[in-house]
Amino acid sequence: MTRHLTLFALLAALAAPAAHAVEYRTVLPKQSTIHFEFRQMGVPVKGGFKRFTTQMAFDPARPEAARARIEIDLASIDAGSPEADDESAGKLWFDRGAYPKAIFVSSQIRAVGNNRYEMHGTLTLKGRSRDMVVPVAYVPGKNAATFDGGFVLKRLDFGIGEGMWADVATVANEVKVKFRIAATGS
Amino acid sequence: MSRALRYSTPAIALHWLIALLIFVAFPLGVYMHELPLSPDKLKLYSYHKWIGITVLVLAAIRVSWRMTHTPPPLPAGMVAWQRHASSAVHGLLYLLMVAIPVSGWLMSSAKGFQTVWFGVLPLPDLVEKSRELGDLLAGVHKALNFTLLGLVILHVGAALQHHFIERQPFLQRMGWGKKERA
Repeated sequence: MTRHLTLFALLAALAAPAAHAVEYRTVLPKQSTIHFEFRQMGVPVKGGFKRFTTQMAFDPARPEAARARIEIDLASIDAGSPEADDESAGKLWFDRGAYPKAIFVSSQIRAVGNNRYEMHGTLTLKGRSRDMVVPVAYVPGKNAATFDGGFVLKRLDFGIGEGMWADVATVANEVKVKFRIAATGS
Repeated sequence: MSRALRYSTPAIALHWLIALLIFVAFPLGVYMHELPLSPDKLKLYSYHKWIGITVLVLAAIRVSWRMTHTPPPLPAGMVAWQRHASSAVHGLLYLLMVAIPVSGWLMSSAKGFQTVWFGVLPLPDLVEKSRELGDLLAGVHKALNFTLLGLVILHVGAALQHHFIERQPFLQRMGWGKKERA
């Protein structure tokens, strides 16, 4: 009996770190979102992207080995109004015919403590690539973990809104981007 | 003739200021919504909204003033139906000076664009963003505006008719021409 208990305790002790060693790989698209907000004539306008795919691997025990790749289908944009959705496809904005996707690829993920991370990577949009650092908060959950991040994108860095639209007094240069990626470890 | 045949100076000032703003905002509204999307279009929309909210604020002041100050009496020679018509048209004009900016404000919210007065003072979004509601309010805003256009034509026509045809000193009521003194 005592021997059984000892064995049980041993197994439990072994199982505990195993539970922590889950690696999040399977993204749940329906619980994942990408939203953005920008100012137009001083008025905040909200939008987002409905379709994007995320490939990721994240083991909280080994964040340095984590990686993420997000591909956004720019045709799934909600730019605040149907008129703006149409306009955004044009050459002055995303030039969607030539560049249908926005792609982010991580290069390094650093733990900064308290379930917070710095995701370094490259965002490619309209044929231009820019290195960036995105803060991400990891929230462990019962069924799925969520990864919440956000950053401020300067649209003119990517030539988003050229020509007459380059005037940042009408449409601000800063676009606040927020995302939530939900993933399971199975 | 006494000075009492003239509206008070604040009432006159508000009348002409609001009239001026409406005469800018109305054609601006008709013109801007046909434009293809451009930064200029966004600017014109903002200016239109700023003017509209200014009209709303001035109309609120004006209605409060009107309710606390007796307007000059209508000329003694005016027949009953004209008195009733005058009172009805004035009532509707006051109503539309409030209802039109409010319908525009609500439409803007329903279309997902908060109204920020002069780009500085954000007005609350009183309705949720909704395509159907936005389209409905756009229709309401347009219908109210064309009702206003009709009423303004009646209003101006009646004033001119009384002044020039019936030879009543009508335009003086709103400060036009020399002040009539006792």
